[in-house]
Amino acid sequence: MSMNRREFLRASALLGGGFALGVMLPGCGREEKRAPAAAGAAAGSGAATQASAQQAPFKPNAWIRITPDDVVTIVVDKSEMGQGVLTSMPMLVAEDLDADWSRIKLEQAPADEVYKNPMLGMQATGGSSSVPSSWDQLRKAGAAARVMLVSAAAKQWQVEPASLTTEKGVVRNPANGQTLSYGQLATAAAGMPVPQDPPLKPASEFRIIGKPMARTDTPPKTNGTAGYGIDVKVPNMLIATVAHSPVFGGKVGKVDEAAAKKIPGVQAVVPVENGVAVVASDFWTARKGLQALKITWEPGKNANLSSESIHDQAAKLAREPGKVARQEGNFKGGMDKSPRKLQAVYEVPFASHANMEPQNCTAFLHDGICEVWVPTQAQTGVQMTAAKITGMPPEKVIVHTTLLGTGFGRRFEQDFVADAVMVAKATGKPIKLVWTREEDMTHDFYRPYSYHALQAGIDEQGAPRAWQHRVVTDSIMSRAMPQMVKKGIDPSSVEGAEDIAYAIPAILVDYVRQETGVPIGFWRSVGHSHTAFAKESFIDEVAHAAGKDPYEYRRALLTKSPRELGVLELAAQKANWGKAPAGVFQGIAVHKSFGSHVAEVVDLRMENGQPKVQRVVCAIDCGMMVNPDTVRAQVEGSVAYALTAALKGPITLKNGQVQQTNFDNYPALRMNEMPPVEVYFVESGAKPSGVGEPGVPPLAPALANAVFAATGQRLRSLPLQFKA
Amino acid sequence: MVAFTVNGKEQNVNVTPDTPILWVLRDHLGLTGTKYGCGIAQCGACTVHLEGQAIRSCVTPISAAAGKKITTIEGLSPDGSHPLQKAWIAVEVPQCGYCQSGQIMSAAALLASNPKPSDADIDSAMSGNICRCGTYNRIRRAIHQAAGNDTQGGAA
Repeated sequence: MSMNRREFLRASALLGGGFALGVMLPGCGREEKRAPAAAGAAAGSGAATQASAQQAPFKPNAWIRITPDDVVTIVVDKSEMGQGVLTSMPMLVAEDLDADWSRIKLEQAPADEVYKNPMLGMQATGGSSSVPSSWDQLRKAGAAARVMLVSAAAKQWQVEPASLTTEKGVVRNPANGQTLSYGQLATAAAGMPVPQDPPLKPASEFRIIGKPMARTDTPPKTNGTAGYGIDVKVPNMLIATVAHSPVFGGKVGKVDEAAAKKIPGVQAVVPVENGVAVVASDFWTARKGLQALKITWEPGKNANLSSESIHDQAAKLAREPGKVARQEGNFKGGMDKSPRKLQAVYEVPFASHANMEPQNCTAFLHDGICEVWVPTQAQTGVQMTAAKITGMPPEKVIVHTTLLGTGFGRRFEQDFVADAVMVAKATGKPIKLVWTREEDMTHDFYRPYSYHALQAGIDEQGAPRAWQHRVVTDSIMSRAMPQMVKKGIDPSSVEGAEDIAYAIPAILVDYVRQETGVPIGFWRSVGHSHTAFAKESFIDEVAHAAGKDPYEYRRALLTKSPRELGVLELAAQKANWGKAPAGVFQGIAVHKSFGSHVAEVVDLRMENGQPKVQRVVCAIDCGMMVNPDTVRAQVEGSVAYALTAALKGPITLKNGQVQQTNFDNYPALRMNEMPPVEVYFVESGAKPSGVGEPGVPPLAPALANAVFAATGQRLRSLPLQFKA
Repeated sequence: MVAFTVNGKEQNVNVTPDTPILWVLRDHLGLTGTKYGCGIAQCGACTVHLEGQAIRSCVTPISAAAGKKITTIEGLSPDGSHPLQKAWIAVEVPQCGYCQSGQIMSAAALLASNPKPSDADIDSAMSGNICRCGTYNRIRRAIHQAAGNDTQGGAA
């Protein structure tokens, strides 16, 4: 992780202008762009808000503004999609600033180079990177401002800065008890030199980090005022909806608009990339108009694509060696010397993100700028997308990030942004473009289908001598971030397989790219969501073949991986591993992803020949935690997300089209199916690592392993299908 | 023109009678707390009360509301102080929050007819509402808390 100091610690010369413009008001210049829209959660539903005009706010950097009324405004540069960044990010700033938490106001950052995520290389939220990437950055931002405030007080009091202390928004002189508030010091602090490497607090002095803080976005999420992309209102806005080619890669042939245009309220029919949009006064009318369009599609080369043809292609590809992602010891020799050999094929299907909020985006081109209001995980991408369509330079694209009705990786993508900007450009009007649920589910960037061929050799004592994991799957990065693909290997395809932690003398992990023609993308936990299922199920097979307890077997192979071992042992202990009551069967799995270690134990009971999950016990080591209850909530949610994908679905293809269209034929886990989830922490004191995704990968294999314990059936593909 | 009452206020809207209540609320009356999720009564994000009953506003035409009273999340309490709203905050139920208006409206209808629901009652009333963040155990806990039930249901 590197940071551009010059960008980060510049003292702001832009001390004028204390306005924070609400999302309804079009911004029209650089300064307004830098004064961002109010965060939806903090300020309510897209309502125009206007901070009181302040003189000379102290803006030590891009994240902090302190005004004479003692309000500390913290700019949040990550997108809130449920993972709690509207609380955790300001907590990081407030800790080293020693701010008064009760006087903090939040703003959502505009798109700007300064907010580039140091782990992702662009302004974006994902990869479970929000806390890890901001940990140093935001704490230093707070610490730098604190140093400047202390310097200002020291100058006024004619004392040494080192003799002063800070707490809850005031600088104190312990010698005489004098205090000055941050607001009183704000104007003077702006003139102080900017420290280049401000000291950070030791963890023992934390007053905010690691303490349970109420989420700032909860109240508006209980009274209807939280503002999502779909709720954006811009004066004179029209509403559009869209149909894209049902066959991937297909094109629009002919469009007969006559019937649609006869519907009162339908205003325009506009071509978009591989599709057609209908613009109307409201969504219902737009949707009626879309249904009335007669579109002839040209299906293109994917017209015969099916789930079966993709499976057959993968099985064929798996017969040939792939590109070697990891080679350790002598795999062939290890296998040759093994008295027992196992092999198995695992398959994981396409999965849809099924974001609760259907894809949408609002765009308006005016006065030489393009304003975009969007629930996005990728502000830089939005700027590039709109710039390309409008011909404007990216900095003329003003991005207002709204709350996201879940992200899961889907909102990295730009297809819905492109739709909105194209229609806005064609009509000259502010356009809110909203996809139907059906469009969303049939035009996702799916979790890729994957085919895993595994082999292992076991010695006389049952220990594994050799292990091979061949991953056959399509490459997400080749489209999304091609610079990440090295020597033909997409790291997101083999992550979780190539870094297997078990101590095995010979390991071979190779990768065969399968190009399917199906759009694929980042789905919560990405490659780990399929590699962990194969790895953690197969090691279970190996343990059973060796006649060993699968928990003890893993333990013995993890003696040199203390953090994996730590969560494995804690989960097993809390789940009473091996001592389940009669009729309850247990499965276990452990996996590292996004720097964090998670073990899960699934307890299940068979009811009418079907497994019923009784409880899931999770242990996570994600290093230091910012807001522990949020970590707990993320793991609980990961279990639900992973259970849905393990038990329901899949996304299937026929004639180049996705066959699932809505929650009736692509169901999601519901209340009556949600097991109790227990979450335990291993407090390793390590630097923070990811939280949003690492709870997902171990669930499916732990469940499949529990099914094996219960029934003797080894289920090697998802969703798990039991033979009663 | 269709006339009805929303959150105690009389409304007249000029829409075709087949327009679902959801889109009248969102696009014509600006009440965006009620959410679009599926459009086919599968996810519950659009749940509102019609004459006190929880309905899926995405499939209920506005004609069905003529002369009747609709309550949305914005009108559940004047200031967000409904026992469920307080419990939702105390338990920190929401993650992304998108489904929570519908969850709360389903729960409010449940408590109105059954002030002390069991876990099975909660399952039955709440299984029509999908939450992709997986907040179900906290929803259960918050409903019990709002009902003043001793049992906490679900798990930590």
